Parts: sequence; C-alpha cells; structure tokens
Amino acid sequence: MNDASLLPLMILMTPLCAAPLLFALPERSARLRTAINLGAALLKLVLVSWLSWKVSQGVIYDLRLTVLPGLEFNLQADPLAILFIALSAVLWLITTVYAVGYLEKGPHRARFFGFFSLCVAATVGIALAGNLFTFLIFYEILTLATYPLVIHYGTAAALRAGRIYLIYTLGGGLVLLLGTLGLWVLAGSTDFVPGGILAGVAEDSPLAAQLLFLVLIIGLGVKAALVPLHSWLPIAMIAPAPVSALLHAVAVVKAGAFGIMRVVYEVYGIETAQLLGLTTPLAVLAAVTILYGSIRALGQDDIKRRLAWSTVSQVSYIALGIALASPIAAIGALAHLIHQGIMKITLFMVAGNLAEGRGIKKVSQMNGVGLAMPGSMAAFTLAALGMIGLPPLAGFVSKWYLAAGGLQAGQGWVIPLLLGSSLLNAAYFLPMIHRAWFRTPDTAPQQGLVRRRIGWMLAAPPIATAALVLIAGGLANAPFSPIEWTRFIVTLEYSQEAL
Amino acid sequence: MTEMLAIDWLTAVIFVPLAGAMLAFLLPRQAHLVGVGAMALTALVTIALVLQVLTEGAMITHLGNWEAPLGIDLRVDGLSAILLAMTAGVGLLVSLGALDSYASRRVPERMRRYFWPLWLLLLSGLNGAYLSTDLFNLYVMLEVIALAAVGLTVLSGRIEAVRAGLEYMYASILGALLFLMGVGFVYLELGRLDFAGLLAANSSPALSAALALMVAGLALKTALFPLHVWLPQAHSNATAPASALLSALVVKVSLYIVLRLAQYMLPPSEILVALIGVLGLGAILWGSIQALRAERLKLLVAWSTVAQIGLIFVAFARAGADGVAESWKAAALLMLAHAIAKAAMFLAAGRIKDEIGHDRIRDLDRSPIRPTLAQLSFAVAAISLVGLPPSLGFAGKWILMEGAMTNGYWHWIVVTMTATMLSVAYFSRVLTGFLRFDRQRTPAGEHQGWALADAAPLTLALFALGLGLFAAPILSFMDIGYPFGATP
Amino acid sequence: MSTGLIFGLTGLAVFIIGLCGALILVDPLRRLLALKLCSVGASFMLIVAAWNAPPATPDPVPHALVITGIVVMISATAVALALIRRLHTLEQEQND
Repeated sequence: MNDASLLPLMILMTPLCAAPLLFALPERSARLRTAINLGAALLKLVLVSWLSWKVSQGVIYDLRLTVLPGLEFNLQADPLAILFIALSAVLWLITTVYAVGYLEKGPHRARFFGFFSLCVAATVGIALAGNLFTFLIFYEILTLATYPLVIHYGTAAALRAGRIYLIYTLGGGLVLLLGTLGLWVLAGSTDFVPGGILAGVAEDSPLAAQLLFLVLIIGLGVKAALVPLHSWLPIAMIAPAPVSALLHAVAVVKAGAFGIMRVVYEVYGIETAQLLGLTTPLAVLAAVTILYGSIRALGQDDIKRRLAWSTVSQVSYIALGIALASPIAAIGALAHLIHQGIMKITLFMVAGNLAEGRGIKKVSQMNGVGLAMPGSMAAFTLAALGMIGLPPLAGFVSKWYLAAGGLQAGQGWVIPLLLGSSLLNAAYFLPMIHRAWFRTPDTAPQQGLVRRRIGWMLAAPPIATAALVLIAGGLANAPFSPIEWTRFIVTLEYSQEAL
Repeated sequence: MTEMLAIDWLTAVIFVPLAGAMLAFLLPRQAHLVGVGAMALTALVTIALVLQVLTEGAMITHLGNWEAPLGIDLRVDGLSAILLAMTAGVGLLVSLGALDSYASRRVPERMRRYFWPLWLLLLSGLNGAYLSTDLFNLYVMLEVIALAAVGLTVLSGRIEAVRAGLEYMYASILGALLFLMGVGFVYLELGRLDFAGLLAANSSPALSAALALMVAGLALKTALFPLHVWLPQAHSNATAPASALLSALVVKVSLYIVLRLAQYMLPPSEILVALIGVLGLGAILWGSIQALRAERLKLLVAWSTVAQIGLIFVAFARAGADGVAESWKAAALLMLAHAIAKAAMFLAAGRIKDEIGHDRIRDLDRSPIRPTLAQLSFAVAAISLVGLPPSLGFAGKWILMEGAMTNGYWHWIVVTMTATMLSVAYFSRVLTGFLRFDRQRTPAGEHQGWALADAAPLTLALFALGLGLFAAPILSFMDIGYPFGATP
Repeated sequence: MSTGLIFGLTGLAVFIIGLCGALILVDPLRRLLALKLCSVGASFMLIVAAWNAPPATPDPVPHALVITGIVVMISATAVALALIRRLHTLEQEQND
C-alpha cells in the first residue's frame, strides 16, 4: 500500500468515522452534531476534488486486501467511480445542510445522522468498488444503513413500509450474492475491467453467461427499481424528505443503476453483452419501465408518490442508455446518472419544504403556493422542466444524447419512446407548476397557515441544486462538465473502433 | 530454551485456569478478582501459544514425558490454536461483562461466588479438549466441561434454571456415555486410542459403529436436531454471561470433536453423511420456526443457536461425502463466527433485559428506556449471524456456497439461502421492535441506558462483523499443521 | 471367543436397557438410575476388552479407563442428585 492508494480509503473513512461520533453524541448537542456533519461532508468534498484532479492527471489508485482465498477487497478510483463519487460528495453536502434544517426539532437526530453517514459511506464504497465482490459488500451495507432511515419516524405505517423495503432489498442482495458467486465460479474473478472478463466464458458456455446476466440484473434491478421489482420505491416514501431525496438521487436507486453499468461495461463488456443478445432485452425492460413509471405517476395525488413513480421512470433512462450499446447513448446514460440526481434531489427537497412549511402533501393542495414560497417553487419549476427535457436544462442534454445514441445504434424506436416519455413527464409536472403559479390559493383556513418558517437551511439547498441543473445543461460543453467527463469514460469502455 | 517454552504454553493453557478455579473456590470473597486475573493470564498464555504456532508450526507435548499410547499427548496446530484464541478472546470479554453483571447488589452473593470457579474449570476443560490427541482424554474433558456447564446453567437457582439444568445434565451424561461406548469399540478394534492410531487403521465395521456412536453422543451434546430438546431452556434460563459461554463456547467443543474425528476416521458410508445433512436441514427449519414463535428474547436467541448449529452440520455433511477440505474450513469459520456473534448477542440480550426489566419481544417497544448500545450490539451480532457482508459468518457461507456451486450441488445452496432468509425473518422481529416508537406510553427520555457493561458485547459484535475482512489470513493460519489434510 | 462375545453382548444389552429407561422414564431419580445402568454397560464392555486368555495378564489400559470412567460417573451422579434434591425443594416451596 503506497500513499496514493490511501486517498480512496480516506474518502471512505470520512463518513465511516463520522458515523460513530454522531451516534455517540447526546441528543442535545445539536451544534456539535451539525459541525461534525458539515465538517465531514466538506472534508469529503475536498478529498474527492483532489482525487478527481489526480485521476484526470492519470494517477492510478488501487487498494487491495485479500479477504478470502483469491478474493480481494478492492477500492479503485477509475473515471466511472469518480463520476459517481463526485455526485455523492456534492449532494451529501447539500443534503446534509437540508437535513440539519429539516430535523431541527425532530426526534432521534443522533441516530438519524449516524445512519445517514453510514449510508454515504456505503455509497462511496459502491462507487470505488473495484470488483463485484467489494460492490456486493457495500451494496448490503447500504441496505442495512438505509433501513433505519426509511422507518425513521418509528410508526406502525413506517415499519410496514420498512418491512417491504427490507424484503425487496435484502432479497435483491441475496440474488446478487448468488450472481457474484456464479461469476466467481465461472470466471475465476469478479474484477471490473473495461471490456469485461467474460468473453472466454461467453464463447464456451453462452447459456451460463446469459443465466448469470439474468441473476445479476435481478439482484441489481431491485434497487434500480426496474419494472417488476419496483414496488418498494413508492412505498418507501414514508421516509423523511431528506432521506427520500438522498435515496432517489444518489444512494439506493443509483447504486442499482451504477451496478448495472458496471456489470454491462466491465463484467461482460459491451461487445460480449451484445454478442450474447443481452442488450436488447435490457433495453426493452428499460423502455417498459420508463413508460410504466410515467403512466403511474400521472395518477398520484400525493406529491412524494408522484415523484417516486417519476424516479422509477427516469432512472431507467440510464439502463436504456447502457443497453442501446452505442457510445453516444452511453454518454447520455452516464450524464443522466448525474443529471437525474441533481434534478430529483431538488424536487424532493421542495416537496419536503411544502410539507413542512405549509402542510401541503398533495398536488391538489398546491394552488397558489408559488407566491407563498417563491424560491422553493422556482427551484421546483426549474427541476421539473429539466425532467421534461426542456433545453437548455440538464435533462435535455441527457435525452438528446440518448436519442442520438438510439439513432447511432439503429434503434429508431427510441425516438418515439423518448418523445412519449417527455410528453408524459410534461403531463404530470406541468399541472403542478400551473397550480403553483397560476391558480389562486384556496381560502380554506388551514391552507394559508404557516406551519413552520422555512429557514435558509431548508430554502437554500434546493435553489443550489436547481442552479446546478441550469449549469449542467447550459455549460454542457465546458471543460469539467459531467458530459466532458462521461466522454472520457466512454472512450475507455468502448474500444477505439466503435467510436 | 524454546523447547522448554513450548512445553510451558501447551500445559499452561490448561493448568492456569485450573489453578485459578481452585483458588477462586478457596477465596470466595475475592473470586471475581481471581477469576478475571486467571482469565487474563490464560489469554496471555494463549497469545504466546498462537505466536509460537505462527513461527514454529504445529507442536506436540508429552505430559509427564510419557509417550503416546500410554501417556497423554497434547498437540496444537492451526485449528486448535484458533479455537483456543477464540475461547480466550470470547472468554475474556464475557468475563469482563460478568464482572459488571454479577457486581450488582440485586444479584445473590452465591452467584458471584460460584460463577468464577465454574467458569475457570470450564475454560480448563475447553482448552484441554482442543489440545487432546486421544479419545479417552477427550471423554474426560467432555465430562469436565459438562459438569461445569451444568453448574453455570443452574447458577441463578431459579426453578426453571434448575429444571433446565437437570435436563441438560441427563443429555450430557447420555452423550458422554455414547461417546464412551464408541471409545470402547475403538479400543476393542485397534488396541489404542490416539489419533495417530486412528489414522493408521483400516476401516472396519466396528470402527464405523464406533464413529456412529461417538457422533451420536456429540450430536446430543451439541444439540443437533432432533436431539436439541434440552438446549433452548438451558440457554435461555441461565444468567446472561453463562448463556453466552454455553452457547458460544461449550457447544463448539462437540462440533470441534466431530470435525477432528472426521479427519481421522472415514465415514462408513454416504448414508451417515446424508443423514447428518438432513438433520442439519431439520435443525435449520425447526430452530427457525421456533425462533419465529418465541415470545422472549433470550429464548429466540437460544433457538437461533439450534438453527445455526444445523447450518454447521450442513457444512459437515457437504464436506464429509468426498472429504472436501474447503467445506471443513467453511464449517470451522462458521463455528468461529457463531461463537463470537452469539456471545455478543446473549450479553446484549442480557443487558437489554437488565435495563428494560423484561425480555418480552412484544413489549420491547413500549419501554421509555432504550438501551441503545446494547441494541446496537444485538443488531450487529444479528448481521453477522445472518451472514451479511463483511461479517465472518458471510465468509463462512461464501466458502460453503462456492464449493457447492463449483460442484453443482445446488441443493446445498438452496439450504444455505433458506437458512439466511429465515434468520433475517426471526431477527428482524426483534430489530423492528428496537426502532418502533409509537407504542411508547411515556416520552423517551435522554436516558439511553448506557453502561460500561455494553463494552463487552459491542466489542464482540464488532469483531464478528469486521473479522470477515480477514478471513483469508485466518484460513491460512488455521491450515498450519494441516488439520484438514489428514484424510486422503 | 464365545465367552467374550457373550460378555460383550451382555454389556451392550445392559447399555441398551439403560438407554431405553433414560429416554422413556419420567421420574428424575429413575432416569438417573437408568443412566447409571448405561455406564455399567459401557464399563463392562471395556473390561471384556481387557481380558486375555489366562496365561497372559489382562490389558491394564482399559482398566485404567474404567476407573476413570467410574470416577467421572460418580461426580456426575452426585451433581445430578444434588440438582434433583434442589428441584424437589423448590417445587415444594412453590406448592406451599
């Protein structure tokens, strides 16, 4: 182990060491808790920036520890890992500010922030995992760390939702364990290598490789909320708003999508996956999920449920981009990993503000709320328009690349799919925006009531992420934009001839 | 010089706790000081022994310089050293927990006085069993262990404990006698009882019968389904430190002997192996069902022991058919994982009971006091027992399933997965109670019920979770002296 | 040979009778006595194993084993008896 390989470990240890400190703090010491929270988040952001800079300079980070005979615990910072870890670092800081404000007087803050930190640590591990075995370890830790957050309020309803969440995610984890074992037995390695490790196996026993793919996608699809495995996501909405925001933007859902990315690109290799005929079924599954999630979102009156169904739909853009097997679509998929994160986190934080500030939990109660909470609703509007795919916002950029990638791959059906999905997005987001800005407020007495003042810690984070939505879209071609970085990744995942 | 040292550590690890037991018995007022002192000294001796094994490999000592067939040999290899280390580590932490647990004024004087001599005697017996190289010595050690363990079971003096202890005593005697019968058969056939003699012998019907008898006796002692009936009551009615020792350490000795015997004596046929596998499966199912139905926390933990022992026997069965060393190692890892995690869990359950005042699972969430550290220890121990990564239990299950998958034994994978899911189901009954807050009648106070006594279960639980990352070095240490290579 | 066999089978039979008793009987004291019978059977077999035709002396090792076994069994019986007594007292207290 040299000095250089310590950097990923330090990034992992930052939230991991913050967690026990936060657990141990008495409920009263709010200031110290906030200091630890923000300090850790800032430290991680600095370390991640440094890491990103080093990696872009070509420094290789690789930390290995033999856990079982032949199997290593491996952290490595490849460009794909940087993409995900940077997202998590930025959004952790913003969400922490929001969560501190959100839970100001709430119960069990020590526990909440402890598990919150553990959850971030698990996300770091997932990002930096250099093989599927390490990925699996953090995938399970993520499940365990998010469960207490989902049932944070400790009510019977929360516990019921939590049980469903646990059954789905632990079940998914077991299936992934089976898949990892299968990979280990078949390939004798679980390493993530650009170009994949299964080319030989695919030649010898294509059926085994195909079956393994099915098992792995089921294991990862649970967290990524691919269609038959998605039911837990709308139910998990019972969690506090900062948790939902984190779950939908970086932690759980993205962990699944990121895992699919790793499996397709670096376990199978895009060419082997195509050769085995695996990409088309995955693309179809993603397409079904995109449409189904949007359609279900239409019917929801509860704001957070509508957003959750929208996540089901939007996250599958990533799977679609991977499955289209064209470099341009891959850029779209990778960019969407970031873009969907910043857009969705904005929407959830605003939903939390609506509920906390005005007691508004349903779409039908949103009339005229724009004037009452202009900052939050402006952020909401920006993010929602981004989701719909309006240029020059972030969502437009990823959809554009996906569409172009579809054409490049000769899959013309992607264009109507994306158009249809955008129309559906518009159909469930525009009414919300319309109600908020253009309808007169209901005069029912409880509607106008201010339940709680929205302080800067609640108001600023969604505005900040909304600004990111604008920047990521508007400056897509600037150096150091996500798109630039994803181009760099795609050149690694696709062999030169493909480009 | 090194020769002298070698002899010292092997005998010392048996005789230090034995001397401590006598001293603690003679000085009842200072029993706790003597107890912890002797335990700490034993731990140091164990460390020295482990280091020596690390540098010099397996070692043999002839007690009183009488050699094998007539005298008593003590032998240490990687497997016995790791079990000695497990015993010392778990024992030391449980002792520290016990120091606090029996210090309270509410605890009768008698318990404080008798716990330490009994526990040190048990420790001496455990260490002796791990170092034995002949069957009769093992039999004697088993009896020493059984007597001390029964004493620990009935320590509280409550009627349920005495009743459970008596049942345990019967099971123990019967198990030991079956073992003795087996030993007799071996002597009839071979005229010697040492392991080397067993290894050299050709298989014969008499030896097969002997193996079957001995395995039956050990299965009774280790509570393999359907011979488990004594265990849940005995383990759930003992005081918390005693439960931790019984469940973590005592049960492991019989498992260890089965593991050892299997290296020296070929199983007579596939039938015995298959039978063990089926009984293991039965234990997993029945133990889990009972754990799902248990109304008290400690009873649930005790039933989970029955289920997990079943899984270890499944690993035995998986290995036994064709003598797969990997599966024996998986079983050894699972034993290690279970010992550490179950000790943590019983201590944590005891702490929860102490703080809340009861251990009814249904009402855990009604108490205004939430002993958070004890609950955390319980949860972390549960993660390890379920076998989620990166725990030691996960490492054991991984090796078990890897071997099964490589050979295409899908049924063992199904069994392991089933065991995992069932354990999630019964442990989550408890864990959700920890996190539920709406049924509490009084507001939750700042009082979180922390105490120094939480240190022992928490440390054990964290070890159970973290050691999984070091499974590879543990496995290679275990292989010193080739304990898994005895069978061709 | 046949004598040895008869003695051996007798030992086995005694063991089995004791085993049945230990499994079937309910009264704690009777169960303990049944277990004693088991141990007698097992010891018997070991002694048979030690016997050699007259000119040769019997093998001393099984004798040593049996003596150890007897000592072990005595302590086990003592503990069990003490527990039975204790249980008896506790049950009486409960009934009063």
